[in-house]
Amino acid sequence: MSTLPTRKAASKLIEFRPAIQKLERRLFLRQALSIGALSMLAGCDLTDDEPDAIDRVLWAMSRWNDKVQAALFDPNKLAPTYLESAITNPFPFNAFYSEARTPLVDGSTFKLEVSGLVADKTPWTLEKLRALPQTTQVTRHICVEGWSAIGKWGGTPFRTFLERVGADMRAKYVGFKCADKYYSSIDMATALHPQTILALDYGDKELPPKYGYPMKLRVPTKLGFKNPKLIAEIFVTNDYPGGYWEDQGYNWFSGS
Amino acid sequence: MSQTMDVARAKKRPVIHPLVVRITHWVNAFAMICMILSGWAIYNASPIFDFTFPRGITLGGWLGGALAWHFAALWLLVVNGLVYLVYGFASGHFRHDLLPVTPASVWRDFRAALTFKLEHRLGAYNAVQKLLYIVVLLLGVGVVISGLAIWKPVQLDYIAALLGGYDNARIVHFLMMSGLVGFIVVHLALVALVPSTLLPMITGRGKLHSETGA
Repeated sequence: MSTLPTRKAASKLIEFRPAIQKLERRLFLRQALSIGALSMLAGCDLTDDEPDAIDRVLWAMSRWNDKVQAALFDPNKLAPTYLESAITNPFPFNAFYSEARTPLVDGSTFKLEVSGLVADKTPWTLEKLRALPQTTQVTRHICVEGWSAIGKWGGTPFRTFLERVGADMRAKYVGFKCADKYYSSIDMATALHPQTILALDYGDKELPPKYGYPMKLRVPTKLGFKNPKLIAEIFVTNDYPGGYWEDQGYNWFSGS
Repeated sequence: MSQTMDVARAKKRPVIHPLVVRITHWVNAFAMICMILSGWAIYNASPIFDFTFPRGITLGGWLGGALAWHFAALWLLVVNGLVYLVYGFASGHFRHDLLPVTPASVWRDFRAALTFKLEHRLGAYNAVQKLLYIVVLLLGVGVVISGLAIWKPVQLDYIAALLGGYDNARIVHFLMMSGLVGFIVVHLALVALVPSTLLPMITGRGKLHSETGA
């Protein structure tokens, strides 16, 4: 008996269904188009500890964009190179701290740590790194912010370094830990790119602290923040290492 | 009898915008707004010109959020745009509704519009509208291509080279965005002037008999 009124109500509802559906559609459209909805979206910026549905979509799209960029990446495609006359002077300083706070590394006692999927984990002195084959490049550094600057870097091809330490070239990632607490990681294909170098020089001189002494990874096929400075440790791994900015929401692959 | 009534109704209120056009229009509107507002936040991180956009009208909060929005909405914009372009060419929508457009007809309709003598006929575009829609379509394609040049200045270096290098591609991308925003302003102003054009873009149908005062 108690079902009767409900059934009655249900049959009433059926009569109004088209009208209700129309109304729902209209309300949905209005909501979707209102500025109120937009300002709700504006709160989605990847910074919440507990990401909402839209933040999760943004993260998922960023992972999808990693895959697309990895597929687009041509291991033989060279970044444009420039004449030395095109070098931006002064080359801008950029970090998550001010230039005056750049940590000073003592090169005489410095040793680069190597860990993870490598055969030889012996730490490297700067002299030993300088004894490796050296190359220079004049390329464009493109910042995630949009500005760009042309600079000249010199150092050893990163592929040569990975060969010397007996890195597992089939591993997915190469990670970097830096003396300024910065950290980042790149894909193996980019690590083996002919223009990816472990830079010891800026211009024709030893890297100054502001440009990353004792060494910086120069990757002209990636955005600037994927070029870690003040590198203290290099590791090879299959476990996604993330990065200082990447963990906050910058796209991980960030290829140019 | 009801059938003849339906036919009469359909004659009076024919389909002006096919379903594909309506869906792609609104998806595009949403994607474009996301792209433009997040694009303004990205611009603010390193302004090209001597101004920035007020933070309140940007999307994404900080640069990382804005970039995430930009590169997520990008897929919606491009996939939706491709569906529309394929439909436009395959169905004859472009050929029938946007062509032909001659300088003389544009000038004639432009003068008529300025003197408020231009009659609005639902479902048929005047020459000025045709030209604007063609230009905005080209701007839409151009904004994506210049965006690709900024996104992949190494892998797609030929696009950046075509636009005069990476830094120049940013300026081209900005100018294309400005053109699109200009179109949106005019577009919305005209819808406000002739509100009867809004409903057909939602329901598809509109009154054919001319009772519009615009």
